[in-house]
Amino acid sequence: MNENGSRGPAVALPLRGEGAVLQAARQFAEIVGAPPRRFQVCAGTGCVSNSSLQVAEALGKATSSPVSITGCHGFCARGPLVRVEPHGFLFTGVRPEAVPDLIQRLDSGQEPSEDLLYHDPLTGQAHLLEHQIPFYHHQQRITLQNCGVVDPDDIRTYLARGGYSALDRALFRMSPEDVIGAVSESRLRGRGGAGFLTGRKWDLTRRQGGARKFIICNGDEGDPGAFMDRSIMEGDPHAVIEGMLLAGYAVGASEGYVYVRHEYPLAVQRLKRAVEEATTWGLLGPSLLGTRFAYQIHVREGAGAFVSGEETALIRSIQGERAVPYMRPPYPSERGLWGCPTCINNVETLATIPLIIMRGPGWYAGLGTSNSGGTKVFALTGAIKNTGLVEVPLGTSLRHVVENIGGGPRPGRRIKAVQIGGPSGGCLPESLLDTPVDYEDLGATGAIMGSGGLVVADDTTCMVDLARYFLSFTQDESCGKCIPCRIGTRKMLGILTRITMGEARSDDVDRLEQVARTVRTSSLCGLGLTAPNPVMTTLRYFRDEYAAHVQDRHCPAGACEALR
Amino acid sequence: MPAAPSGTTARPRKTVYLGDPLAEPPAPDLLSLLEPYQGRRDTVVSVLQALQERYGYLPERAMRYAARELGVPLARIYGVATFYNQFRFTPPARYSVHVCRGTACHVAGSGAILTAIKKDLNIAEDESTPDGMFSLQTVACIGCCSLAPAVVVNHDVHGTVSPERIKVVLDRYRAPEVEAQS
Repeated sequence: MNENGSRGPAVALPLRGEGAVLQAARQFAEIVGAPPRRFQVCAGTGCVSNSSLQVAEALGKATSSPVSITGCHGFCARGPLVRVEPHGFLFTGVRPEAVPDLIQRLDSGQEPSEDLLYHDPLTGQAHLLEHQIPFYHHQQRITLQNCGVVDPDDIRTYLARGGYSALDRALFRMSPEDVIGAVSESRLRGRGGAGFLTGRKWDLTRRQGGARKFIICNGDEGDPGAFMDRSIMEGDPHAVIEGMLLAGYAVGASEGYVYVRHEYPLAVQRLKRAVEEATTWGLLGPSLLGTRFAYQIHVREGAGAFVSGEETALIRSIQGERAVPYMRPPYPSERGLWGCPTCINNVETLATIPLIIMRGPGWYAGLGTSNSGGTKVFALTGAIKNTGLVEVPLGTSLRHVVENIGGGPRPGRRIKAVQIGGPSGGCLPESLLDTPVDYEDLGATGAIMGSGGLVVADDTTCMVDLARYFLSFTQDESCGKCIPCRIGTRKMLGILTRITMGEARSDDVDRLEQVARTVRTSSLCGLGLTAPNPVMTTLRYFRDEYAAHVQDRHCPAGACEALR
Repeated sequence: MPAAPSGTTARPRKTVYLGDPLAEPPAPDLLSLLEPYQGRRDTVVSVLQALQERYGYLPERAMRYAARELGVPLARIYGVATFYNQFRFTPPARYSVHVCRGTACHVAGSGAILTAIKKDLNIAEDESTPDGMFSLQTVACIGCCSLAPAVVVNHDVHGTVSPERIKVVLDRYRAPEVEAQS
């Protein structure tokens, strides 16, 4: 925000030549580096709606220490959040009225008020230091390392954290093939859900001829219950841009699109500003860091259609058409946007790339399992104590996420299931919580890794109703192009509605299963192919609940109103 | 060709009256708004977003002029406009209420919130109150899952609402002197 402020950049813009980025970083180290004391107020959508901006304003009035606005700290359930550096204090549930007292106590060396501290619901213990809070302690924040730390509207804070040094290294020390080699070696797989190897996708696009190629960053995070990409775009927009630059350098593209849902106005605003800033600094435009590599990024807003997260539909949407998918092959890597080779990656995937280049593919691969490297971000929500944005290495068990990070069920309740992967994913029973978070292991259960939605259900959630909920979503969002999806989702929804209304026919469950199989094998795109997953998995693991609804006209969870 | 089976399309149809083309001269601000997009067929979605930003909805005349300036058939403009959930064809109410129907909100009881709002405003989904104060819509997910259940009024997010508390929230917008602050 302070580009015209007294601490304006003392370096010559645009940045040029090898090492310019690192020099700038040293210059700005003090902004996020050592003392003096400074306050970082979370300005993610969750905290903002809890008046965190007013908290920041109150802090600005009460203290002369620098107060900055940052992206999502992740612990949304406890917002508004205020971190005090370099001490590492974290204050939760801070109201603007509480600020003067907090500052007065901090300044006079008194203990801060108890009710601003996080209390562990299991032990009742109060924590002042962020890293001691179990929610953070059990995580490994790699992709999210800057979220909640940098000021998304101030490029200097990203530079000070080592930002754009991966670009510097790639442009001056690495060939495009080297970059692809590093990404392949890291075993990074697409974090949008399908899990295709990113290095391989880049290699396929690189091998295509043609003078014009495109990079698309898929920020159309449509799964209900998922907000990983939103938090990254809002909290660390320059990491997304740097990832797109590295992708462009690797595959030979000089133009990129970020496609963001219009439901995320803050993400759109911060990305646009980040693009502008990067252009001023010579990190976007006709000559990056004074080299011959040119790159420009367009920010495009979606217009509200779940299907536009599907890559071929997304391409159509950018072209200004109805977002209706088309048959593959040809894959976008061969013929995509405007018929040119196009590489489409998810936000989280791209934001991870700079770290892989800087810290080495071996380091990243070592964090995960033998099949897939690194970490995955999840939006952990539902019937648990601690909800928010969490990041764990692949291979971590679901139980660790739900019980240690999530803090287990709410008082007097029992965890019944986790729903992973949103409307394309599945519901897994409590007995399968030891399943490692990994593409193959989750696939074997009938669920999918998905984009990162993780919703916990307790004994008050009806699994049939949950399946009906997802079907009503996919049915509504089906684009109507292919028949299996258009008619199949409607038929399934009809049967599920009958069951939850207590009007089921005796053969409804068999019929449901049959339609689900047909839709799963014959739909055109990912929306239809995966839409039956919530139905198939609840039938597999919670068949007794279906039976209770159909035969006894009874909802065991007491959630279906018609059956009370 | 057999008629398309009725009732199988996923989306409800929205109708636009297509009257005398370009009968009235356009407002100058409409033309200046369309100018940067002239001849750019790829910008249909962006143009519609700009028009809706300006007018609050998509007036028919604005869509006609957009078709002319972009050089695309009106049918294509209309096809795109009706495909996406964002676009509306009637003027918005003063306060548009969006109830989040995401998974976390569903599990936390957003169904009961929606029922409570319908009862309080005495309108159904996708309708406006006769006085033009409130309109009611649902949204798939606004990504505030930790604040479930959530309701958005214009740009204000109200988290962890209950059927009782939502009435208080709505009353605050009804108060004449208070302007949309939570």
